[in-house]
Amino acid sequence: MIRYAYLIPFLPLSSFFVNIAVGKRLPRKGDWLSLATIAACLLMSIGIFYEVFRAYDPNFRYHVVVPWLSVGNRFVIDAGILIDNVTAVMLLVVTIVSTLVHLFSIGYMHGDPRYNRFFAYLSIFSFSMLGLVLSESLFFIYIFWELVGLSSYLLIGFWFEKKSAADAGKKAFIVNRVGDFGFLIGILIIFSTCGVLGYDQVFQAIGQGKLSGTLLTLAGIGVFCGAIGKSAQFPLHVWLPDAMEGPTPVSALIHAATMVAAGVYLVGRVYPIFTPDALLFIAYVGLITLFIAATIAVTQNDIKRVLAYSTVSQLGYMVMGLGVGGYTAGLAHLATHAAFKACLFLGSGSVIHAVHSQDIREMGALRRKMPITFVTFLIATLAISGVPFFSGFYSKDMILAAALEFGMKHPQHMIFFLGGLFTAGLTAFYMFRLVILTFFGKPVDHHKFDHAHESPPSMWVPLVVLAALCFSFWYSGWFGTLIRKPASAANPAAVSSPAPAVPAERGLAPMEHAAVPAPSPSREPAPAEPGHGQAPSHGTSVAGEASHAAGPSAHGESLAEAGHEAHLAHQAHAYAMYSSVTVGALGILLAFVVYFFGWIDPARVANAVKPLYEFLLNKWYFDELYEATVIEGSKAFSRFLAWFDLNVVDGLVNLAARLGVFLSFLVGKFDNYVVDGAVNGVATVTISSGSVLRRLQTGKLYHYVFVLAGGALIIFIIRAF
Amino acid sequence: MNGPSDFIFYAAAALTVGSAILVATLPNIIYAAVALLFAFAGVAGLYVFLSADFLAATQVLVYVGGILVLILFAVFLSNRLADVKISNPGHFHLPAAAVCLVLFGVLSYTAVSTPFAVKTAVYLPTTADIGEMLMTRYLLPFEVASVLLLAALIGAALLSRPERGTPEKADMEEGRG
Amino acid sequence: MTLDKFLVVAAALFCCGLYTVMTRRNAVAVLMGVELILNAANINFVAFSHFLSRVMGGQIFAVFVIVLAAAEAAVALAIFLRLFATTGTVEVDTADQLKG
Repeated sequence: MIRYAYLIPFLPLSSFFVNIAVGKRLPRKGDWLSLATIAACLLMSIGIFYEVFRAYDPNFRYHVVVPWLSVGNRFVIDAGILIDNVTAVMLLVVTIVSTLVHLFSIGYMHGDPRYNRFFAYLSIFSFSMLGLVLSESLFFIYIFWELVGLSSYLLIGFWFEKKSAADAGKKAFIVNRVGDFGFLIGILIIFSTCGVLGYDQVFQAIGQGKLSGTLLTLAGIGVFCGAIGKSAQFPLHVWLPDAMEGPTPVSALIHAATMVAAGVYLVGRVYPIFTPDALLFIAYVGLITLFIAATIAVTQNDIKRVLAYSTVSQLGYMVMGLGVGGYTAGLAHLATHAAFKACLFLGSGSVIHAVHSQDIREMGALRRKMPITFVTFLIATLAISGVPFFSGFYSKDMILAAALEFGMKHPQHMIFFLGGLFTAGLTAFYMFRLVILTFFGKPVDHHKFDHAHESPPSMWVPLVVLAALCFSFWYSGWFGTLIRKPASAANPAAVSSPAPAVPAERGLAPMEHAAVPAPSPSREPAPAEPGHGQAPSHGTSVAGEASHAAGPSAHGESLAEAGHEAHLAHQAHAYAMYSSVTVGALGILLAFVVYFFGWIDPARVANAVKPLYEFLLNKWYFDELYEATVIEGSKAFSRFLAWFDLNVVDGLVNLAARLGVFLSFLVGKFDNYVVDGAVNGVATVTISSGSVLRRLQTGKLYHYVFVLAGGALIIFIIRAF
Repeated sequence: MNGPSDFIFYAAAALTVGSAILVATLPNIIYAAVALLFAFAGVAGLYVFLSADFLAATQVLVYVGGILVLILFAVFLSNRLADVKISNPGHFHLPAAAVCLVLFGVLSYTAVSTPFAVKTAVYLPTTADIGEMLMTRYLLPFEVASVLLLAALIGAALLSRPERGTPEKADMEEGRG
Repeated sequence: MTLDKFLVVAAALFCCGLYTVMTRRNAVAVLMGVELILNAANINFVAFSHFLSRVMGGQIFAVFVIVLAAAEAAVALAIFLRLFATTGTVEVDTADQLKG
């Protein structure tokens, strides 16, 4: 199965071409084609995952490359795919959510005039996303990165008749460009120093010291800029809430589960290139994002916007988790979040479909009308709130544990844990606010309530499947074993892979070459740092342990410290678990107190802290800030350029024109009198001399011969005598 | 070096020069052409004295057998035979004669007075050597000459062909009309 | 039989040819003069080659001159025929359309 993995992206691509070209004329407008191709991808992904799972090897790798483009020896780009445990999990996540969203869309988009185009766009998105997941070099991930951006643009602006949708599409695209520019700079830094773009080659080159120090940090931050844009991190998070203008299945697929997680995936993929400084930067970006987004989510009334800010906040968790060293935690949260957030979004789609409104103040008591939607929505909400036995608990707990551990080692950075903990409570609060206002209480708008009904099976089946995936037993155990933090490429002495990296070569096609082994300590002795003064061999035995929770300055730790660290990790985990459960419960309780029992009137609270409320309701005035600075700034700059163009440039041009006219006048005079005079003079001389000389041309042959012979004779005589 | 060979040489030289003078002066062009024949034959004889047996034979074959016949054809074809005035009245005699005589004098003086670094002459058959050289060192000029001959052949045929194209076309058109 | 004798004969031949070319009106006669000049040149080539050098270059050159003379005669004959068909004569004086 795994040897056919390269086929996976091409199935949706073929479906895209068919649907965009002749989809309208196919039976059922071609939705079955898109669904069938993505389902085939799902089956293949399950097969791959099965193989990976059966191997149960943290270092599992399947790496195939074929030469694709080579200009001389310097510029060589390979095409290929790389499947390790992270890829396999990501493939599974993408294909499951994508398949369910396809299924959901059949019901949700029913009757849309551009039904076939919608499925075509979904297909090209699936193609790009799967290609992104499978790519083995920065070059190809960048290509697919832009392709997912394109499909996101197309799908956000799918109802482009609506101005807000068209604007949101543009906004998403432009904001993403900002991040992608940083990504490109990062790639170019890496390429210009290392000369290669494949992940393994880059890690190896960095291990050899071709790129290090500040430049490496900058390259890491540059690459992370791509993630900032795509994963809607502060300060480029503004596009994601607006992207909710797209159809709800799109929001579930692209803007909750998969594409926005691509940034996190990218960070995970290139994790070894990040220096401690870069990781700290990443962690702070994540922290700021998760806090800001959660506070905004508390005040929003649009069901999809609440979910959107919640998505931003959860992405912040993942990024922070990766930043503080919780590699497994961040990626686990990616997977669990994909399931419960897709469930939430599809549930909200189901609600919107039923009541034709997105304002939660117009809903209420829907649990009686839509029992399946309610139950699944509730399960997903429990998951995101971090209630035990649900998936969110498992992953968020790991992130908080990682943050606490980081804080214990570096007390000045304790804020990661505190901020994350506080926001966990906030998350539980605003999510239950959403659930209570939507499904509990009394119907607010009776007209809408009466028309509400449960959705068709094609819509609730995905909900049930996704809700089933919200339980933690799906993830616990194997996830932590299979997905391990990779060794940092920059300081190979401090870390080591637990076993020598064995390239997965069983039953592979002959064209692939062995994966580049990770830098192993036996091969590369530790750089002798004067401060530590320890034998280079010392780090190797410890490194396996240390690497699991290696902080930025972990290399060269002593054995006792490693033991201490393991203890620390265990302790941190316990603390984090207790505190997060407590805080989550508090949040839920508060939500019930305020919105269910009505003991505290939210309006009065809002009035009491009116400036804060306004501030949050207006999303920290980010849009206004960008409007005032970036947009107004560029407008003012444009006006200045227009003025400059009108007055200075045009003035110069006009001056040049006047000068040209004057010069032309002079040149004309000169031409008339001097040049023409000279030409006419030459002509006159030629004519008069010609009329004289023509007499020499008698046309008589013997004259010519005579002159010829006579001339020769004269020359002879002169030469001879 | 006296003897029969010297005598034969002077005879050949006299034949050549005398015939050439006849060519230059005979008013009747047919007589002039016949005199030219003897001049060519005399040159062929001179070639023999220069150890150029192949050239002598070629001279007889090509000049006497080919070019002279061509010239005779030209004479016959370009003059109305009925025309009494086949003779060729000259003109411009005096200046031409003056130039030619002075030129002859100068050339002869130069030839006689110049001290040439003469080597001892060797008399050997040359045909085989010429043939080999034409196929090796002078292969390219040889091939170019053959192309030139071909071009001359085609050109001559094209030029001498009566202009047939247009009248025939007109005939056909008339026939149709 | 020394070199200068051959050269003198060649010079005489050359002057006769030159005289023919200059004085004759008939184009065929002019052609004859040209042939005489060519023969004079050939004698010089072969004579110099024979007396001054061991290699056969002069004779080879003479062969090519003969070839050229043949080609020239053929083309000249064709031109005379065309001229005769056009003007009714082969007088060189009459063909002066290109005169300036």
